[in-house]
Amino acid sequence: MSETKTETSLKGVKNLAALTGNEAVAQALRQINPDVIAAYPITPATEIVQIFSTYVSDGLVNTEFVAVESEHSAMSATIGASAAGARAMTATSSQGLALMWEMLYIASGLRRPIVMPVVNRALSSPINIHCDHSDTMGARDAGWLHIFSEDAQEAYDNTIQAIRISEHPDIQLPTMVTMDGFIISHGMEVVKMLDDDVVRDFVGTYKPDTYLLDVDKPVTMGGLDFTDFYFEHRRQLAEPMEAAPGVVKQIGEEYGKLTGRKFGLYEGYMLDDADYVMVLLGSTAGTAKTIIPELRAKGIKAGLLKLRMFRPFPYDEVAGLLAGRKAVAVMDRSDGLAGLGGPLFGEIRSALYEAKQRPPLADYVYGLGGRDCGPAQLMQVFEDMQKMAVTGAAANRVNYLGVRE
Amino acid sequence: MSKMIEIRWHGRGGQGAKTAALLFADACLGAGMYIQAFPEYGPERTGAPVASYNRISGEPITIHSAVESPSVVVILDPTLIGAVDVMKGLPQDGVVLVNTNETTEEMGKKLGLNGQKLFVLDASTISKETIGRDIPNTPMLGALVGATGMVDFDSMIEDTEAKLKKKFRNKPEVIAGNVQAIRQAYETVKAQHA
Repeated sequence: MSETKTETSLKGVKNLAALTGNEAVAQALRQINPDVIAAYPITPATEIVQIFSTYVSDGLVNTEFVAVESEHSAMSATIGASAAGARAMTATSSQGLALMWEMLYIASGLRRPIVMPVVNRALSSPINIHCDHSDTMGARDAGWLHIFSEDAQEAYDNTIQAIRISEHPDIQLPTMVTMDGFIISHGMEVVKMLDDDVVRDFVGTYKPDTYLLDVDKPVTMGGLDFTDFYFEHRRQLAEPMEAAPGVVKQIGEEYGKLTGRKFGLYEGYMLDDADYVMVLLGSTAGTAKTIIPELRAKGIKAGLLKLRMFRPFPYDEVAGLLAGRKAVAVMDRSDGLAGLGGPLFGEIRSALYEAKQRPPLADYVYGLGGRDCGPAQLMQVFEDMQKMAVTGAAANRVNYLGVRE
Repeated sequence: MSKMIEIRWHGRGGQGAKTAALLFADACLGAGMYIQAFPEYGPERTGAPVASYNRISGEPITIHSAVESPSVVVILDPTLIGAVDVMKGLPQDGVVLVNTNETTEEMGKKLGLNGQKLFVLDASTISKETIGRDIPNTPMLGALVGATGMVDFDSMIEDTEAKLKKKFRNKPEVIAGNVQAIRQAYETVKAQHA
């Protein structure tokens, strides 16, 4: 998907609902009707499984709901159910994701197509319940596909598509679908839902290729690999990541035909002819969309590159989109503490290595722990980009936006 | 309505500032408008000052940052005035609604109005007489519609009733009271239009 243009009138639109992000994702889970959900509550993701549990008790789904004693157990039970041949899901946030850590790698190593909505929240310490992307960014090398959502609608759409992506024969890897904590998870917006049977037809019946309870085709999962085969098995994990962009685009096209909402690896907003490009993940992209037309009205060619896929990272597409621009600003809602800005900055710099016309580039770490990032802050970044274009380089490679120093 | 309207609700934990914002958003969606409703999350305790927000527009709403400069402020609890800067960011042509038994003159002085249009009503008494408890959020919802005319009152009350039926499916007796409270508040405020 490049430039987006959608019909804005709500007149006559079917299945409109005023939903929070958590409610929208809970509805998606109800429509997906997975075999097993194992979960443990954590703010701000609790509502997803709390609402879902009412669907279980009201008999609206056939799901086996397993209330476990920790997130480590939640992911363990989800992996176990998936290994047994079930379509298994869970949801979490922040410290909960952190507690799943060793099991995240096991889910991908065992090629379990688990889909997990994650509500992005800061990690302790200090304790904070609000949004930043530190939690899932820390899991970026765990072998999971990682899809960001801008709003409740996208969280709903991405959750449904992720089932097909993860279960695709060429992928067979877990996917985390994220949305910004509180800003989206607890903010009520207009969501265009699909009919239940449309979602059920789209996701289809899960037919696992290999599973432990298949007595006709016995397999081992979680075997011991020493120096003889570990390397080969890990090498195999790179292949589905290479196949993923094509699969994500194909399923995003199919979903677009069904809904009128087409998805790709990224969304460009006034991007094609933009001189100054802001690269963003998540809900702040929506805020950027409110100031870019203002800048355009003043003759400043501003644009937005909103990435949907973070894992696998669309290196080649990003290089093609950003090369030759007058300036590029990368917005990181987490600090990598890597010595040079946040994780998105590292990926963008890497993507641009082979580009012939590398643009001046700066990183902006923003919004940590839920610090508000409004139009004025984003306007400041576009002003900085115009200066970078003149001097040919950023005054500071890494900037902290909206922090008290 | 193409221009976006932003609303800030002030209340104390337990008074239903969040629910009011959600109900109002739902009613506006019913009228074909784009909506946002979100609370301000802090250390919430019963009685502590809380705020919630609405954005309403004829066009899709993509902004995801805080409401800084609302055009309407709704105050569920007058004891917040002085303790919280309830007038913060409200422009001169803004509208403020207060649940109070004081007169417009008294309340206007207390708020330090600077051109803003003020509506007052005793939503707590309305609530006690109709619902049986001091839950001022639903009458203030009616007052908001009476003050701004942002949605058609009849369709709003129909929508809200449906939503309340869902929320209070085990307590049907509170629904009629709420509907009566909303109507009474709406009429009270309508009468204050100059």
